[in-house]
Parts: sequence; C-alpha cells; structure tokens
Amino acid sequence: MTEKTIARHSYQLSQLRVLESEAVHIIREVAAEMERPCLLFSGGKDSAVMLHVAAKAFAPAPIPFPVMHVDTGHNFPEVLDFRDAEVARWGVQLIVASVPEAIEAGKVREEPNGSRNRIQTPVLLEACEKHRFTALFGGARRDEERARAKERIFSFRDEFGQWDPKNQRPELWNLYNGRIHTGESIRVFPLSNWTELDIWHYIAAENVALPPIYYAHEREVFLRDGMLMADNEFCRPRSGEEIFTATVRYRTVGDATLTAAVRSDARDVEAIIAEVGATRQTERGATRGDDRATEAAMEDRKKEGYF
Amino acid sequence: MDLLRFATAGSVDDGKSTLIGRLLYDTKSIFEDQLEHVEQVSRDKGREYTDLALLTDGLRAEREQGITIDVAYRYFATPTRKFIIADTPGHIQYTRNMVTGASTADLAIILVDARNGLVEQSRRHAFLASLLQVPHLVVAINKMDLVDWDRKRFEQIQEEFTAFAARLRIRDLVIIPISALNGDNVVERSAVSPWYDGPSLLHHLEHVHVASDRNLIDVRFPVQYVIRPQTAKHRDYRGYAGQVAGGVLKPGDTVTVLPSGFSTTIEGIDSLEGPVQEAYAPMSVVVRLTDNLDISRGDMICRPRNMPAVTQDVDAMVSWMATSPLREGTKLVIKHTTRSARALVKEIQYRLDVNTLHRDETDRELGLNDIGRVRLRTTVPLFVDDYRNNRTTGGFILIDESTNVTVGAGMITDPH
Repeated sequence: MTEKTIARHSYQLSQLRVLESEAVHIIREVAAEMERPCLLFSGGKDSAVMLHVAAKAFAPAPIPFPVMHVDTGHNFPEVLDFRDAEVARWGVQLIVASVPEAIEAGKVREEPNGSRNRIQTPVLLEACEKHRFTALFGGARRDEERARAKERIFSFRDEFGQWDPKNQRPELWNLYNGRIHTGESIRVFPLSNWTELDIWHYIAAENVALPPIYYAHEREVFLRDGMLMADNEFCRPRSGEEIFTATVRYRTVGDATLTAAVRSDARDVEAIIAEVGATRQTERGATRGDDRATEAAMEDRKKEGYF
Repeated sequence: MDLLRFATAGSVDDGKSTLIGRLLYDTKSIFEDQLEHVEQVSRDKGREYTDLALLTDGLRAEREQGITIDVAYRYFATPTRKFIIADTPGHIQYTRNMVTGASTADLAIILVDARNGLVEQSRRHAFLASLLQVPHLVVAINKMDLVDWDRKRFEQIQEEFTAFAARLRIRDLVIIPISALNGDNVVERSAVSPWYDGPSLLHHLEHVHVASDRNLIDVRFPVQYVIRPQTAKHRDYRGYAGQVAGGVLKPGDTVTVLPSGFSTTIEGIDSLEGPVQEAYAPMSVVVRLTDNLDISRGDMICRPRNMPAVTQDVDAMVSWMATSPLREGTKLVIKHTTRSARALVKEIQYRLDVNTLHRDETDRELGLNDIGRVRLRTTVPLFVDDYRNNRTTGGFILIDESTNVTVGAGMITDPH
C-alpha cells in the first residue's frame, strides 16, 4: 500500500493496518521487555505473516530474535524448502526442535497410530528450557478454535508450559504484562485478532511469500474420514482407500499425517480470497484431524503446554 | 474497510449469547462445522433445541457449569466493517472482565430484559462503560416479543435509563427494542415495531462514526523501542519506535522529549509502509529526530506547549481485580504507556458503590471487583493525562510484585 491509501480517509486507518499496527506494537513490547524471545515458525501462512510483520517492526534493523521450528519429521517437502528460504532471506537464526531425534533418544514415544501431535509438546518444552526462552511468539488466531477465543494475547505459562484458562491475567488497553519468575514463560499471539480472511488480504496486500501447496495444484490423494489426505511417505492409504488425482490446495500446513487438502481451483491469492470469503467450513474443521479427537481437544493440549 | 470493537454486557439470562449467536448467524459468520458441532453437543446434552450459547462457551468448565467464565473475543464482518466482539460475562463476580472488555471498546451494548426492566446489573454495566469512557453506548431492550412489543413498556425503560444516564458521562446513547431470539431489529428493521423509527442494531454498528473518537489534538508518542541497526547500510540510523497515542505528528514539527525537556524537530517518520507525512493513532511508526538526544524506552515525545502532566503523585479510579484486598501502604508495580515503576498506595479516598454510585469514604480498602479512588506515589515521574482526554496516556495497570499477576486497572483523574 502506498502513502496515499493510508491517509485516504481523514485520519482513519483501514482495519488491516489497525491489525498490523497492533501486532507490531505487541512484537516490539516483547522485544523491549522480555529477556529471550523466539518466534515459532512452521512455514505455514500464519507464521509467514508473523515473520513478515516482525521484519517490518524493526526495519531497517534485523529481527532481534531467532525462529524455531518444531519439526515432527512428517513434513511436506515444499514447506521445508520454504522455511529455509525465508530464514535465509530475513537473516534470522533457525533452531530446529526435532521430534524424530527425541524419539531416537528415547525421550518421547510415538503413539500407536503414528501421530506425533501429542509428542510435539514435550519436544517444544524441552527446546524452550534448553535455550532459556522466556517468550514464544505464535501465529495462532482466536477465530481458529473455541478455546483460542478465550486466550489472552500474552498467555502466561507456568514452569511446565501449562495454560490455566481459569486463571488468566486480565489484559487491558494495550498494556501487556510479561513479568515472570524463572522457568515460567509467556506465549505471545500478535495475530490474535486476525481472521483467516484478514491473513489472506494481508498476504495479497503485502505480497507475502508462501509455500506453493497453498495454491491449487494436482495431487494424488485418497479419502479418509471424509478428508482428502495426500499420498506421501508418511501417510499411505489403507485397504479400501483408493488413490485418485484431484485439484487441491491446503488451507493449513502441519504434520502431513494429519493435514488434509481441500478441492480448489484457486491458483492465486485473489482466487483464494474469493474462495475463503465464500466457504462454509472453518479451516480446522475442513483440514485438521487433530482437533476432532474430543470436544475440547485443543483446550486439553494447550493445558499440557501446546500452543 | 474499517474496524469497530464492541463489548457486550448483560445479566445472566438476558439473552446475550443468543444475540451474539444471532449476529454471527445472520452475517453468515458461523461455519457449518461449528454449527454441526453445536447441534451435536446440544443433542448429546439432551437439549430440545440448538443451544447457540454453546458456540460462545468454549471452555470445558464453562460447558460443565453452563456459565461463561471469561472474556471471549469473536469476529465477524459485513461489507462495510469488521467487528471484534469482546463477549464479557454478566455475573457480578466478573466485573473485572467487563472492565477488561470495555478498555479497548469503541462501543458497548448493554442488554436489558424487557420484562424485568433496569436491574442493578444494567446500572453497573452503564456505569462501567462510562468509567472506561467507551465512546458509544447501545442499550438493547431484549425479549420485546415477551411483552407483546408493548411500546409503553419500551418507553418506560427508555425514560428510566435516560434519567440514570444523565448522572454519568455518556456521550452517545442509542436505545433499540429487539428480540434476539426471533431476530427482530437485530439485522433488519422489523415490522413488529412500527412505532420504532431508529436503526436496527447491526445498521447502527455499521454506521456509528468512530473516526473522531481518537484524540487528534494532543501529540503523545511514548517511546517503545530504539532502532539502531549499526549496519554498513544504516550506520547512522537512529529511530524511536512506538504507537502514536494522540495528536498528529509531522516531519518538521518542533517536539519536546520528556523527561529531559529538550526540544528538537522531527526529521522524518517511517511508517510500516515507508516514509509518511503524517502519523496518528493507532499507527505504529518510527520517529527520527534532527538532534541526537539521549532518549530511551519510557520517554515521551510531545509538543512544547502541549505536554502531559509530569508527576509522581497519581490520582485514579482503580478497578481492583485480586482476591486479596488493596490497602493503604501496599506496594505495587505500575505499568503506564511504555514506562514501568514501583508505586505506593498512599491513600484510598473512597470506595464507590457501583450500583448506587454512593461514595463510601469510611471504607479504606478495595476488595475483588471493587472500584475506588486511590492516590499513588510512584518512584519515577509518569507522563499522564486525564483518562477522559486520552485513554492511552490516562490508563494504567497494577501488578503484584510477588506473584506478577495483573491486579488492578486505573483511570487517571485530574492530573494537574
């Protein structure tokens, strides 16, 4: 956006610029007040936007904290390539907290169904402890999930990384309380007030780079529990699940054993905005197996220290 | 498209969840999988109807107890505006949540049950909205269908509320008769109330003018972070990052920096989009100054003949949010704009009964959810304005030094 569009209405910022200013304020507060912040970077669209906003917050100086990827080992290769390219472009330090390494070392045990969703949490917590991170930025949004709608922007976590929804710090005006004792930490969600559509409008306005799997492409898939799973080395069809080719894209990217594709012809950002604006399914409802486990799956995982 | 933040308040069974459900449903902001989920849980719980309240009660404990325990934030958009709802619980024990939700709100909706008329909670919510200086107030008189859309009943409650509001500082008040359950006057004007000639609730939310609510007169720029790249490309760059809290900053303006009191001029303003000729709230920008002064986080940039009060003695209305009471002599941490200091509670001048607005000057302590007038002495000077002139430079939080928990919210009164 140009200078002109900012001041088009008299002293009225567009809602996207209000959200961006708020996110920048939050990121700068953390950098100014917290000892060792780190930005969680999965290569997904929300973390791509986070990194983009963080870079703007400190420009022309570099981003003053490292990024961390909690790697389940079940990645889409396009996402790993994107992660490495982004880290190089912004000149930030990348820390990889590896679930396969933790399994190998006997620190966590893989669940019988092969899901690494739950065992991500101890790996994340161990990495935080090792690097003594006091604040972790996450790209989570309150519109994603009903437990998230209740979470603060500065989400206090005890020495076990646990969230206690009944005992949250009141959050008033733009004054954030990041005071903690040794061992405790704060999860910070600068994009809390953004919706999926805001993210896409921002990606369009700012030309934010994304992994190609967000855009429509042909892929070998099969149907499982009503979701379109990609056929890949981590996720193979079981008997009765037939592989076919479909034109799909991803609305979220995560563990390749849990993240499903949606049928779509949207090959560019404009087409995606039109599609997301018209969709009747939330991104998690459509594509994430992990939230379907129980009625309060996300809340329960958060209490254990997950994001 | 612009943004409106609003808070909803009401007592327990006045239909707040139904209203929010209705707004989300009628603006197509509820997704099929969310609705299926609510239908499923409603069936599992043996309800005969789809309980839209389940949509807003996200936590296990809330569903178990059937009550809302914390502020939740929800989002919807129409072609003209994006909305952020701070959904605040109505229980008396959650006054702090109403204060939290109202602190950032442009508008507050207070729900009143047409059958019961104004109850204590309606008055308390109106008082809290005025204390927090929420610029626009809507009283939605709900369940009008249960009083047969009786015009007299509506006018009676309207008169009663207007009389009460006259004692408060409320700038803009609109009263709308609705039925959240049936959707009358929520999104569309309804034929059931031909005598009502005002807007529907959503129409009002879409069109209420909020651009002029911000202070564009008094320049206030709390320095948040100093940007000094010291790279080959930007060896001499030194900028002061922050979010504009008031007024309009322009390159070439003479400014004074507190606490040093030195004056200089603005050399340039770098916004997130590049250099700009003007910066105003709530823009996050970087200000560059002509002279190399010693400026750090917690300092304040303002105009030479328009400065905030510089003071270590702060008088404020304090909303107390902790179970252990606030007493005279208590030491706390105060966070005000980008400045933190230690504060001593010198005096609790009175405790306010938020239902009657009576000032109890004999009560020298504040309990959980109490509001009172407090005098604080801080270890370093703060740069403060009257909260009524600027919610950012007039508001602060109090933090317990031992637990690190946020225990109070303050609104500064008469700083000079």
